[in-house]
Amino acid sequence: MNTLIELKNITKTFDDQQVLKGINLKIYENEFLTLLGPSGCGKTTTLRIIAGFDESDSGELLFDGIEISKLPPYKREVNTVFQKYALFPHLNVEENISFGLKLKKTEKSVIEQKVKKMLALVGLSGFEKRDVTSLSGGQQQRVAIARALINEPKVLLLDEPLGALDARLRKEMQTELKKIQKEVGITFIYVTHDQEEALSMSDTVVVMNDGYIQQIGTPTDVYNEPENRFVASFIGESNIIEGKMVRDCLVEFDGFEFECVDKGFKENEEAEIVLRPEDIDIVKPENAKITGTVESVVFKGVHYEIMVKTDLRSYMIHTTDFFDVGLEVGLSFGPEDIHVMWKMV
Amino acid sequence: MKKLAKLSKGLYVALCFAFFYIPIFVTMLFSFNSSKSLTKFTGFSLKWYIELIENSEIMSAVWVSVSVAVLATAISTVLGTITAIGLSKNRKLIREWITNINNIPIMNPEIVTAIGLMLLFSAMKIEKGYLTMLLAHISFCTPYVITSVYPKVRSLDPSIANAAMDLGATPWQALTKVVVPMIKPGIIAGVLLAFTMSFDDFVISYFVSGNGVMNISIIVYNMTKRTNPTINALSTIVILVIFIAVLVVNIIPLLKRKRAVANEKSN
Repeated sequence: MNTLIELKNITKTFDDQQVLKGINLKIYENEFLTLLGPSGCGKTTTLRIIAGFDESDSGELLFDGIEISKLPPYKREVNTVFQKYALFPHLNVEENISFGLKLKKTEKSVIEQKVKKMLALVGLSGFEKRDVTSLSGGQQQRVAIARALINEPKVLLLDEPLGALDARLRKEMQTELKKIQKEVGITFIYVTHDQEEALSMSDTVVVMNDGYIQQIGTPTDVYNEPENRFVASFIGESNIIEGKMVRDCLVEFDGFEFECVDKGFKENEEAEIVLRPEDIDIVKPENAKITGTVESVVFKGVHYEIMVKTDLRSYMIHTTDFFDVGLEVGLSFGPEDIHVMWKMV
Repeated sequence: MKKLAKLSKGLYVALCFAFFYIPIFVTMLFSFNSSKSLTKFTGFSLKWYIELIENSEIMSAVWVSVSVAVLATAISTVLGTITAIGLSKNRKLIREWITNINNIPIMNPEIVTAIGLMLLFSAMKIEKGYLTMLLAHISFCTPYVITSVYPKVRSLDPSIANAAMDLGATPWQALTKVVVPMIKPGIIAGVLLAFTMSFDDFVISYFVSGNGVMNISIIVYNMTKRTNPTINALSTIVILVIFIAVLVVNIIPLLKRKRAVANEKSN
């Protein structure tokens, strides 16, 4: 895969507040990449720098190997879908979608054809003459996507595009967006704070916090092998325990040694261990090293969320089996369930 | 009882309208009077209209009023609109300060503005005449344009201009193709206000004009010292123009709505 966009050491400060503290990122062709993080982490600023609405203070921004930091937005081969759609209310659906092509003085018959194709792509055929203000949120979103894609950009930027939709419509649009991306075969850079959205749609997830990239990886990587405490706690639920790596494939926490699959730490290096609640099994106390008593049981629909209190801490466990409060139990997990991370400084 | 209530309601409305329109009606009526009297109607004639057209002083005043109003409206609309757009991009403190400062000329008694401008022009040794009148009109029209355009600009989605540029529009195209059409209602309101204020103005114009340059208000003021039904003729024409303008302004949206409904049906 070819690198399409490369960010090298990008920094940005707004009013004495450093929003980006050195972003390094490679974005490939045909990739669905998500910038994921809590609000204020710098993900939208990163997107705006790629789009050209904001200029970075330092660093390089390469597009197809060419530096474009100083290029105004109207000269970049990217198009954006905005959070609140930013449709032009004085124009109808067709005029909104053809806005970019008309500026390029495209022939009328070509425009008509392309608008038809785009409307079919986003499932709004026959809506040409409709007033955009009369459309529902989901429909406006589709018009915004069509308006951006008709210019055949190499990259489509999406800034929390599903934020204003209700839960049901969001799910529908997630599948649809993924389908559209496959169909047009271009790079999508997607900004969201919703970890589930990020995991279910992306090829690559970039987890950001506090102006830094915390981890770059596939959704499974980021979920199963979080690199630090922030990633582990932001994506999914987890038990995070402090411990140390005795040596490769042997970790110690809560006073016991466990076999694991992690390597590359120094001997006796301090580390943090992630145990996902669904990876822990509740067994009889005599079959496990760690034991405790059931503290609370909450029914969550598919599973129970059980808190087990041990001498040192409480563990969260997700299981489909029911256990009574007060019961003495043991906690069991395999070597591959233990994820050892670098300790955050 | 009910009948009485209805009757008094009708009477009240009739009195209101009479109060508003009788003076206008009398003015119009006596413009067609055959004699110079403003109290006795002696017969129909168009002689005051002929006199009006032949009176070069009045005709030049009409020209001054119309041209100053058109120019002042155009310039203050451009100035005010740009200011309003620029203002919306500023930080909050500056925005509040400038909108407050902008309100002062609107609230200020006209006579104070008039004397101020007169002194300014004298101090700067600008000869009083057409140019000073135009400059004065621009200066008192602009705040009205800002006041009517600014709320529209504020209600715009801040991403709108970015969206246009993202789609390939230069900043100028984004302004003319997206921002201006979206704030058009505010701009139109500004134009109407500015034009009325300028066309109507007497106090400021009277103080800043000179060298025989007069607009309608000034010449009417000078003529009222003696009875002269040409003023009535002039007033009648002005009323007629305003009546047609109001009619057009009210009918255009109606026609537009009708066309939109027809379009929707044909779709």
